[in-house]
Amino acid sequence: MSEYVINAENLCRNFGDLKAIQNLSLKVEKGRIYGFLGPNGCGKTTAIRLLTGLLKPNSGKIEVLGFSLPKDAEKLRLHIGYMTQKFSLYDDLTVKENLQFVAKIYGLSSKEQKSRLSELLSIYGLDHKQHQLAGSMSGGQRQRLSLSAAVLHKPELLFLDEPTSAVDPENRREFWEQLFDLSDQGTSILVSTHYMDEAERCHKLAILETGIKRADGSPEVLMQQMGAHVVEITSSNLRYLKQQLLNVDGVITAAQLGARLRVLVRNSVIDPLAFLSDQPSVNATDELTQVRPSLEDVFVTSTGEGRQ
Amino acid sequence: MKSLYRIYAIFKKELTQLKRDRMTFGMVIMIPLIQLMLFGYAINTNVRHIPVGIVDHSNTGLSRILVQTISATQVVNFVEHYDSLEQGEAAISKSEVRAILVIPKDVSQRLARHPTVGFGLPPSSDQVTSRPIAHWLVDGSDTIVAGAIKSLRSMPLTELLSKPANRNTPTFEVTLLYNPEQRSAVNIVPGLVAVILTMTMIMFTSAAIVREREHGNLEMLITTPVRSIELMLGKIIPYMFIGSVQVTIILGLGYLLFDVPINGSLMQLAAATFIFITASLALGLVISTIATNQLQSMQMTIFILLPSILLSGFMFPYEGMPEIAQIISEGLPATHFLRLIRGVVLRDVEIFDMNYDVYWLIIFTLAGLALASIRFKKNLD
Repeated sequence: MSEYVINAENLCRNFGDLKAIQNLSLKVEKGRIYGFLGPNGCGKTTAIRLLTGLLKPNSGKIEVLGFSLPKDAEKLRLHIGYMTQKFSLYDDLTVKENLQFVAKIYGLSSKEQKSRLSELLSIYGLDHKQHQLAGSMSGGQRQRLSLSAAVLHKPELLFLDEPTSAVDPENRREFWEQLFDLSDQGTSILVSTHYMDEAERCHKLAILETGIKRADGSPEVLMQQMGAHVVEITSSNLRYLKQQLLNVDGVITAAQLGARLRVLVRNSVIDPLAFLSDQPSVNATDELTQVRPSLEDVFVTSTGEGRQ
Repeated sequence: MKSLYRIYAIFKKELTQLKRDRMTFGMVIMIPLIQLMLFGYAINTNVRHIPVGIVDHSNTGLSRILVQTISATQVVNFVEHYDSLEQGEAAISKSEVRAILVIPKDVSQRLARHPTVGFGLPPSSDQVTSRPIAHWLVDGSDTIVAGAIKSLRSMPLTELLSKPANRNTPTFEVTLLYNPEQRSAVNIVPGLVAVILTMTMIMFTSAAIVREREHGNLEMLITTPVRSIELMLGKIIPYMFIGSVQVTIILGLGYLLFDVPINGSLMQLAAATFIFITASLALGLVISTIATNQLQSMQMTIFILLPSILLSGFMFPYEGMPEIAQIISEGLPATHFLRLIRGVVLRDVEIFDMNYDVYWLIIFTLAGLALASIRFKKNLD
């Protein structure tokens, strides 16, 4: 059992009539980066709160790092780090004071504190900012501060709730490099996101929609196993073509990408290129190419049903 | 050990935040300073210089001397003459004056027959031969003002006739202990300690946890190993210091400006104050676990503050309140502290001679801390 840092079975959690999480089962392996991908309001934050013991499930079984929740939530806290979606350190304390506070809360001796703090400040590029108030920093800097506070006590398991939502692409790239460094050192990470490119970086991911897990596995496997073909069509009147194709049985969805239309065709169609060429709305001059599915395609095919 | 360390962490963080919050820091000093000046000078139950009018039907030298004699008491100021009773009554209803003195035509005869003058001694029950020499018409809606004028009812008239006072032997001898000059400030200043501490202590702590919740810090805190009781204690310790500073300001200035003596020992004073501060802080913490935002916590603070001012014995004597109000009053920490601090500051009692109030406050504190720790759950359910 111990190869899984998180092992949850049939979790359910309701808020009044709202079923926030329905029958969620989850296994996260040690040392991996596991992603939660889903639109806003799909239950990502609730799932993370259940797994950190902040919320109690209505039913289901949770085991995190061998501690069974919610019973051992208090013991678990020393072993996990949690970075909240909203910046939750103190705006009116400096970078260093914030980190010192967290270090004391986790019971680091003043010697450990000193070495760990200078280590963190240099890893996360906050050396020059250490005397700046957290409230006056940019989104990227705050996010690095949050991460350094979350990993200060060297947790075995790290929960990150939409860590990059307020951060520019360059900082995001850097942030993910840092996550891989942590993962390399043996930290298991569970990260929620609604960015496809981030989800693709995870070792494994679960696609959530309205509290239900629609798919899980490594991004590659998900893309391979996706129940659809992807065809790109270059044509002159893409808006019209899209409307026509959406009515065709066998076409799941179509989305325009600049001068191309990306069409998802059901797996039951054996030759998707021939199938599309035969459509009356497709001109003979149009170019059709079958391409490799992207994670977005996986997302769209696995979550389409719930949407109206 | 770890636990103490975590309390220290919260304490230090709270102190740093407080240091940065200039406004709050300023309020800590300014609230007691300004309120002491304001109330110390303003609240005075010995009413002086009440504006009154006069309707003089006799218009004699005697009536003028009578008016001067009354003015000399400083209780009233004659501000206006009215020709008739009607005009005088109209002036009262328009609030131009608080009362009018009606001097009858026959004031000199009345005075001559008045027992204090001592020409013969007619039986006092004889209304025909012995009548009051003049008549006050008073706006009785304010009981304190009315009382002050009522006190003139039997003022000595010896100066009027430059005769020695007739020797009435009083029924009782009265000795006023602790405040022989009857200065209001002596009673008000120690009372202000109770009111100001109630206000600032409950306000600061009730906002303390609510603010963390509003800013989202709580979600981070509850994923750390910090326990609720540690969080509570770490949060209230800085305010204990603030409370002590405020008490020092109030009593120190009370001594310097209003000459309020501190008769009891400073140790006793510190002990009484400490018990009350912790009780108020515990109450503030309970509020902060109930309120969901700072506005709500402020409303609840006011809800406690008003009865603490009006029912605790600060404004009106406890003994004068009906039984139900006394029961409510007993439920307020300010009531018990008020008894203790007046006892220590004015009467030099040892606080453990006032066991009941001491134990009440200690039990209140422990119950409050326990309730706050139980109510503050370390999850988001």
